[in-house]
Amino acid sequence: MRPTSPLLQVRDLAKLYGNRIGCEQVSFDLYPGEVLCIAGESGSGKSTLLNTLAFQLQPDAGSVLYDIHGQGMTDLASLPDARLRELWRTDWGFVRQNPRDGLRMRVSAGANIGERLMAVGSRHYGSIREVALDWLRRVEIDETRLDDAPTSFSGGMQQRLQIARNLVTEPRLVFMDEPTAGLDVSVQARFLDLLRRLAAELHIAVILVTHDLAVARLLAHRLIVMRHGRIVETGLTDQLLDDPQHPYTQLLVSSVLAA
Amino acid sequence: MNAPMQTGYNFAYLDEQTKRMIRRALLKAVAIPGYQVPFGSREMPLPYGWGTGGIQVTASVIGSKDVLKVIDQGADDTTNAVNIRSFFRKVTGVATTEKTREATMIQTRHRIPETPLAEGQTLVFQVPIPEPLRWLEPRETETRTMHALSEYGVMHVKLYEDIVRHGRIATTYDYPVIVNSHYLMRPSPIPKFDNPKMHRNPALMLFGAGREKRVYAVPPYTDVRSLDFDDHPFSIERWEAPCALCAATDAYLDEVILDDAGGHMFVCSDTEYCADRQAAGHKGEMAA
Repeated sequence: MRPTSPLLQVRDLAKLYGNRIGCEQVSFDLYPGEVLCIAGESGSGKSTLLNTLAFQLQPDAGSVLYDIHGQGMTDLASLPDARLRELWRTDWGFVRQNPRDGLRMRVSAGANIGERLMAVGSRHYGSIREVALDWLRRVEIDETRLDDAPTSFSGGMQQRLQIARNLVTEPRLVFMDEPTAGLDVSVQARFLDLLRRLAAELHIAVILVTHDLAVARLLAHRLIVMRHGRIVETGLTDQLLDDPQHPYTQLLVSSVLAA
Repeated sequence: MNAPMQTGYNFAYLDEQTKRMIRRALLKAVAIPGYQVPFGSREMPLPYGWGTGGIQVTASVIGSKDVLKVIDQGADDTTNAVNIRSFFRKVTGVATTEKTREATMIQTRHRIPETPLAEGQTLVFQVPIPEPLRWLEPRETETRTMHALSEYGVMHVKLYEDIVRHGRIATTYDYPVIVNSHYLMRPSPIPKFDNPKMHRNPALMLFGAGREKRVYAVPPYTDVRSLDFDDHPFSIERWEAPCALCAATDAYLDEVILDDAGGHMFVCSDTEYCADRQAAGHKGEMAA
């Protein structure tokens, strides 16, 4: 099943905040269409790692290689700013924990979805609108809400709008930082369902940060467990959750309330 | 009609080093059309928002042989125009005029004269907010990067939002333009009616923002394109009636309320243009 070449290759990545460690000695490969969860308690360096992977933070050591269209595996550190920003708005997506950080709250849902299209050169109002409407449908938001501002949306709708806004350019890799943390359980379930379906349909690779092992079990093909900025254990999700080897992972798994 | 220059001040109020610093910024601005060049804005003897940027630009490039015209909203006889004109008469002693054709320098607030400009003329704009992306991106570091990389997609988000709310692009003044196919620029709060006049204009256009400490420029014969959508093309304002005084149909008109019973008239905002037409025998329906 697995294609032979990875989409993203991470080697000995480190991010330091002065003397404190954000994350260090992180290495892994991510393959196209794969959903990878990064789990761990708060303060374990998950979000730091995610931002460093996306080069929103400059790493202090190590390398991140990405398979750029028509260019092959490229060290992101060697990429000029212009190309990196082009990646951010076309081939990558970034879904934030707080929709206020990921959406333009003061413009309509349609404009939010259309922004990336306009950024890559779409200049036809009618067709931008059509695509926006189609994506609204795909993330199960009522079409009549196209011209409403996200401030009038519920939390779940805002997160789904973030998804639409990011997927409209059909990225190959999407970073997600605790996208379900602000949602109640029933809304969470619907959101995760949608996410799983879209990721599979569009063959998108996802790196998702969560402290919630239930989210990881539902979505992830593979799981990375972090503690104190380092990877303590990694493996296939089911294997890792059913048979944790590292004491910290055992603690984490045992602390989940049985349903 | 050269006036005697007031003693006690350097020519054109600013000291020579300051004028030199502003001219240096202006040279850079002319070399990179549409690019906002920072400069050390000085305190001027009038408040921010009244044209301190434009006055500093005018003061640093004006020479004793220049003929100056100052307009405010197209008019030569409004407070702002009258005062800036008399200021420069006092501190430079240069001749002033109301005739666009006679002027070598024109300082303007909110309009470009209807009379076409010619080579050798300089038009100086007063700018309140120079940054076109400010509405969408509050961080200066980020907007600078966006300018450097020509990342202007977000500007279309604003126009898109206009169409969503109003059914058309409802931005009517300070309408964003792309200069020389690169930099996005705010043309200062001129009506979009004046935008097409900037395209390949033979005159030099200088922009000064005093509070924001930026100058920028559009050199003669530079491409200036207004942003739009393919299916919502850029268009200028139209009026339901010609000018009530000079019957002009090709000028920017102000609507003037006459009474509280709905009476109103449309009249040219460019007073010189209107007076010229009336002198040439054009008569609107309310002309005396």
